[in-house]
Formats: sequence, C-alpha cells, structure tokens
Amino acid sequence: MYEANGEKYFVLDSHSHFWDASPENWVEGEEQYAKGWIECFHAYQGLGPPETHWSIEHFMKYSADDYEQDVFVDGHVDMAIFQSTYLKQWYRNGFNAIEQNAELLERFPGRIILNGRFDAREGEPGLRQLREDHARYGIQGVKLYTAEWLGSSRGWKLDDREAIPFFELCQELGIKNIHVHKGPTIWPLDKDGFDVSDVDHVATSFPELNFIVEHVGLPRIEDFCFMATQEPNVYAGLSVVVGGLMHARPRFFAKVMGELLFWVGEDKMLFGSDYGIWEPKWQVEGLVAWDYPDETFSDYPRWTTEAKKKVLGLNAARLYGVAVPAEFQVTDTSAPGDRTDAQLVESA
Amino acid sequence: MTVGQPQVLEALGQVRDPELDEPITALGFVASCAVSAQGEVDVRLRLPTPQCAPNFAFLMAADAQAAIAALPGTAGVRVTLVDHYTGQEINRALAGGGRFCDAFPGETAGPDLEALRELFQRKALLARQGRLARFLLADGLSAAEAVALSVSELQDGDPEAARCLALRRALGLPADPAAPALISGDGARLDAADLPTWLRRARLVGLSLESNGAICRGLLAVRHGVPDPTQEVQAA
Repeated sequence: MYEANGEKYFVLDSHSHFWDASPENWVEGEEQYAKGWIECFHAYQGLGPPETHWSIEHFMKYSADDYEQDVFVDGHVDMAIFQSTYLKQWYRNGFNAIEQNAELLERFPGRIILNGRFDAREGEPGLRQLREDHARYGIQGVKLYTAEWLGSSRGWKLDDREAIPFFELCQELGIKNIHVHKGPTIWPLDKDGFDVSDVDHVATSFPELNFIVEHVGLPRIEDFCFMATQEPNVYAGLSVVVGGLMHARPRFFAKVMGELLFWVGEDKMLFGSDYGIWEPKWQVEGLVAWDYPDETFSDYPRWTTEAKKKVLGLNAARLYGVAVPAEFQVTDTSAPGDRTDAQLVESA
Repeated sequence: MTVGQPQVLEALGQVRDPELDEPITALGFVASCAVSAQGEVDVRLRLPTPQCAPNFAFLMAADAQAAIAALPGTAGVRVTLVDHYTGQEINRALAGGGRFCDAFPGETAGPDLEALRELFQRKALLARQGRLARFLLADGLSAAEAVALSVSELQDGDPEAARCLALRRALGLPADPAAPALISGDGARLDAADLPTWLRRARLVGLSLESNGAICRGLLAVRHGVPDPTQEVQAA
C-alpha cells in the first residue's frame, strides 16, 4: 500500500522475479551466455537512480529476506506476480523456475501470485507439465518468452501450429492471463524477433484469454500500440518502461506514457517493477508523483489519480480476481482518456 | 595511394543501424578502427548488449564491410563483431563473404535480410516525414499547403528532407523534384483531411525509434563508458 496526498494506492506488481544467476547455477560450457545475460540485466539496473544500484554479486543472487525488504517492506507492494523464466540452456536449475518461486509462495502466503510458463516446442511433455503446474500451484497465468533457445531452435511464435494446443489447454484450465515477452530471435532468424503480430493472431483466436505484452512490446512499441487498439484482450505490461525510462529518460518517458494512455488507455496498462532489475520503491513513488513535464504534452490524456490507481494495481487485480478493499478503489468513474481516435489504425 | 583512417571512418558514417536509421558511428557501435600502412583495415563493432538481434547485427557488420571494401586503396578489410552471443557464426560468415543464411544454415526462411531492411526503412521514412511535416506546420503552412508541397520546394540542405529522399529512392518510391514532399507508404500524395491521423501514427513510430536509440546509448554508456550526447540524466 502506498499513500500520498490523502490517496491510498493498492499496489499489485505484475512483474517480479526471484532468480538465481550465480556462477554455481551456470551450465558448464555455456558460462559466457549465463554471465552475459545477467550482466546485461545488471546494466539495465544502471538506468535507475544511483542509490538503488547493487553490486553484480548481489544482483546475481539475492535472498528471500532481501526480497521481503525491497518489495513488501520498502517497496509499497501489496501483492506481486512471479513470472517464471527458465533459460535452462544456460542455468542448471533454471533462471527463476517455478519451483524456486514456489519457495517464496510458502513464505508470503496471500501476497504472491505464481505464474507458470510453457514452450510450444515441447509438445506432449510440455502440455503434461502445464497440467501438473496448474494442479500443484493453481496458476492463473503463464509467462512466455519466445526468444528462448531450445536445442537448435532459437525461438518460436505464438501463432505457430504447435502452440495452439497450449492455448486451448490454458482456456480449458482457466489459465487466462498470458504474459508475452518478445526477444531478439524467433524462427526464422531473418524475421524481426520482436514482431508482435503473432500476439494479434492468437488474441483474436482466443478471446477468453488476456494477453499482457510485457515491456509494452519494446522495442516495437508502435506495432504493439496499433495492435492493442484493435484487440480488447491485449494489455500493456509497463515493466522496463518505468524502470528503464522514468529516471534515465524523463522526456522519453513522458512521451511513452502519453502515447500509451492515448492508444492503449488507462484501463489496460499494468504496473510491473521487474524486480530485481529495479526496486519497486522509487518506481511506485515516482509514478504517483509523476506528471507531464510541460505544456508541449497537452494533447495527451491526463495522468489522473484514477489512472494511477488502475495502473498501479486495480487493473491487474481485475485480471487475477484479487479482491481489493474499498478504500483503494477509484471514487470518480469518469470516462478514461480520449480513445475516439482508435480508428486511426485502420487508415494505416 | 592507400586508404587512410579518416576515409574509413567516413565510410562507416554512411552505415546505419537498420532498426534506428542512425549512423553506427554516431551510435558508438564502432569499438575500434585500425588501418595499416599497406591499407589493411580492421574494424571491430560492439553493440549495446551481447543479446542484440543477430539479424540486425549481421546487416550492420556486412554493410560496414561492403562500405570499406568499396573505398579506393583498400588492400583488405576485416570486420569483427565483438562481445555478441552469435558473434562466432556472424564473423565466420563475414570472413568468407557469406550471406545471413550462410551464418545460420537451416535457420532462415530466405537467403538475405532485404525484406527486414525494407520493413525498417518504411518505419524510418514515416517517422522522418512526420518530423518534416510538423516542422512545416510549425513554420506556418496549413495542412492543405503542406500536402500540396513538392520535393523541389523543400529547403535545400535540410538533412531530414535529404534522408527522406534517400529512403524513398531505396524503397523505389518517387523522389523526383515534382513528386509530393510528403507521401504515403504506396507513394501517393497525402490527403489534407488524413494529415492529423497520419501525424499521430508518425509520431508514435518516431518515438519508438528514438526510445530504442536512447536505450541503446544508455546501455553503451553504462556498460562501456561510451559518452551519450543525448542523455538527459547523468549516468552513474
């Protein structure tokens, strides 16, 4: 919970991690990738305020105590969604596999929502595993990382034929929140790995599922925005946008927020800190205090108290069926920002 | 007369990041550039992260190699991509004059990356034309006047306009003096009534390219201390 100027905010951090990237977990022969991956993440942390930077050693592996302090005690976070990222090609026990995440689930009952994952290339065994994960952990969501390498394959697309049974199973089991993280590679390698048109296809084919595109489709925010305007079940995950831009690039951040509020709208944007890349404290406080820097931004929708409440927690709570006490609800139900220009996309 | 470092750097300045439409030299991607007395050129490219997309990485490295090889007085050229997770595959293909499909046999649908290049040239053209149009409108032109403008009426030497025309030529779109100064994706003149919509779209695409460039520069600054001229806040 965060309180400022008499307003109370329920904070549901939709993108949080508990990873182990320490050298003990590196796969023999793949050390350079395991090391390179975490060093790249660590560099991203450098885009946050200096007082929030960690040493690389601490960054590679933090404890459950650190998590509690940074997220729940200092970070104003009421509940956090754990996204599982396996990367077992590089990390022996996975980068943050569901079993690791489940440890924290026991320690912080009622405060963590555990998401699973699947990889369409795993076929029958993958479908079985998804059923098991659902039975054991009651998962309501999955995180998909399409650029993960598997054997000789360097990625996959959501509209690949082998992905369809997975979405059908999600629909059957009620795993209704599909978090999508695009990466630099897919098959074939000569196509744009970050392309989000596959999300567009499956969002249309599976209208009962919600598709939360993490990092607002960065670096393809424009394709993401045009698509989200068309698809009612496509949402924007704000991780990286806040952590990577709000401090380091305040003017870019203002433009990105303005465009997201215009194209996607305040009802479909979800705060995510991407902890441990960035601590939630400065992000939550910064978002609540934030406004456009000057009048050159006057043609973007306003960042109202209502919008802040929705984006910081109420939107994610709706998707995950979390009951939020009345004191955190929005009082003013006036219409969100101007979206009448949604038809802009059709004239492309 | 053998080639010198200034000519090599100038040639590298013509090579653009296909995703950002900015010169690789301005982005800080050229880690080193050595030219021997005999005209042997050795260039090392370093991208913001080892996980940068292999296809764009290959395009930049191959374009750099071709740009240097075309310089008179070049005895030999070696372009190496350093600190990249597919560096081995890419460098091996580059050294043998191979295409992208040779770097990643069986992992591509087509032989080269021209379709990918074109997709991003189109984005860059829309973003740049949007900036050009906003400049014209700020200068006092009405929407109708802006869309009626022809190429010959654009300000001489405006780098934004010059880049738009270069992109139009590369894409096979009209760029002659009588052609419209602002065109749609199929080369047609824009309708004044559609201009606000078109400007909104162009602004978003432009923002995307700028944000990505900013993130690239920010990461290079944090990881390798490469100065970032566009930075808003002092990097720690």
